[in-house]
Amino acid sequence: MELVLAKVGNGGRNDARGYLSHRNDTYTANNQEHLRMKSRENLIQFGLLIIALSTIVILLLIALFILKEGLPIILRVGIKGFICSTHWSPQQGQFGILAMIIGTAWITAGAILVSLPLSLSCAIYLSEFSTPKVRGTLKPIIELLAGIPSVVYGFMGMVILFPLIRNYLGGAGPSILTASVILGIMILPTITSIAIDSLQAVPHSYREGSLSLGATRWQTIRMVILPAAKTGILSGIILGIGRAVGETMAVIMIAGNSVIIPKSLLDPVRTLTANIALEMNYATGDHRQALFATGIVLFITIIILNIIAHTIARGGVEK
Amino acid sequence: MLKPIFWEQVMKKILFVGTAITVFILFFIIFYILKNGLAVVDMEFLLSSPKDFGRAGGIFPCIVGTIVLSLVAIIIATPLGVGTSIYLSEYTRESKLTSIIRFGTDCLAGIPSIIFGLFGFVLFVVYLGLGWSILSGGLTIAFMILPTIIRTSEEAIKSVPDYYREVSLSLGGTKWQTIVKVVLPSALPGIVTGIILGVARSIEETAIVIFTAGSVLRIPTSLFDSCRTMSVHFYILAREGISMENAYGTATILIITILLINAFAYWLMHRLMAKYS
Repeated sequence: MELVLAKVGNGGRNDARGYLSHRNDTYTANNQEHLRMKSRENLIQFGLLIIALSTIVILLLIALFILKEGLPIILRVGIKGFICSTHWSPQQGQFGILAMIIGTAWITAGAILVSLPLSLSCAIYLSEFSTPKVRGTLKPIIELLAGIPSVVYGFMGMVILFPLIRNYLGGAGPSILTASVILGIMILPTITSIAIDSLQAVPHSYREGSLSLGATRWQTIRMVILPAAKTGILSGIILGIGRAVGETMAVIMIAGNSVIIPKSLLDPVRTLTANIALEMNYATGDHRQALFATGIVLFITIIILNIIAHTIARGGVEK
Repeated sequence: MLKPIFWEQVMKKILFVGTAITVFILFFIIFYILKNGLAVVDMEFLLSSPKDFGRAGGIFPCIVGTIVLSLVAIIIATPLGVGTSIYLSEYTRESKLTSIIRFGTDCLAGIPSIIFGLFGFVLFVVYLGLGWSILSGGLTIAFMILPTIIRTSEEAIKSVPDYYREVSLSLGGTKWQTIVKVVLPSALPGIVTGIILGVARSIEETAIVIFTAGSVLRIPTSLFDSCRTMSVHFYILAREGISMENAYGTATILIITILLINAFAYWLMHRLMAKYS
């Protein structure tokens, strides 16, 4: 090999040795070219692997920075003092977020109640009763709902629901009810679209088997298709919950943002997200740390919801 | 006892009503905004600067801000997103590593924008000293739209039939040559769809922009300037009750832009899928 390499420089000589070395040169050149290409391929694969790890790196960076900023105050106040106390007055150094946790829970539960009947009817109707053409048209249209900016939803709550609630139910307007209805509409497309996909993924033979045994379409849906698509629909609902928990701007506009434990659906509440967004621009010191700590609670909630959705979805696939 | 066939009819009607309500809500929102906003929108509204904090005048700086911010986000997110999807679909079999990457992507997609906002604020605005700027905002939004681009591109790359690859490899093309010259061009419409959906998401975003790019109502002159996007402008106009008229006008432009973008993205993806299936 060394000998051949040494001759690479003077390959053009016209005697027998020169000819031989020339042949060796081209051979080596090919070989080298091949090696170079191979190492280039490996380099590219390595580069792509690094890029592919970027989502993980970003996720870890987010966790790291939020934890770094928020953990000190949780350690000082104690997890119990932070999560189980209802006193939130940053000026007096009291940082309890229980009221916000309850607010988030109420609004999320309300949103799911509003959203489920609509999204499930949509999904079942489009998947089982409509023609492929209608489904092909309506599914993207419903998914368009997801494209409307959240601030526009919040605004619709302000201009449409506030007056309705003031006139017919009493109260000022900003309330759990308003926020639940608007958030319920906002998570419609998430749940509907995932539910349609999981219903469509049920093998056609299931339907045929049930129908050929004399079951009606509805009996088939209720006893065969829904149980078979259960895991997919469930993970869609959990992702919907995640969206409702994380929504910020729309909620600020319509939930009222008072730090109180609500007694009725018409009471205003503040969510975890709203707490961060409302106070961040003037918070300093402990107060700022407490807002990041609120972010930690939110972050952990979302990761747990994702893990549940992931596990459910995978369990469904394996089955 | 009621007959099963009767139940079938009842349920079908109930489900139909549910579907109709959902579609109605969508059209109601769009028509309501357009009905109140279209009257405000004209060339002057689009091309003049706001006066008196947005009470009068147009939204030109916000349009510029929106475009620049989405551009920066896309320029950062596209190579990362497309690279990841190439790696996931061309270089690996399903393994522990890919399932971790996929789980990370799913988690990133589920993270609320307010968390991205907090993160971008600490890392870019404070820690790296970029301040409230287009660069801080663009970087943070890029992270948020990454999952969208990854998923859509992966779907597009997977839709390219295997024999395309086999032909290229059998002609002596290397793996990378096959990807660059055969797979990516065939999957291009789908990849573009992902990028366009990313643009749509960055236009819709409000919380991240307020936290990382600020809300200064001026035409930005450099990447280190703060800017205000249309969503943020709309939020401030509506929440602080500055001007309902201009709020409707801004919302109209927002909704029309988003609808056009989404429709175009859907059309592109649909064409790609129809071609290969």
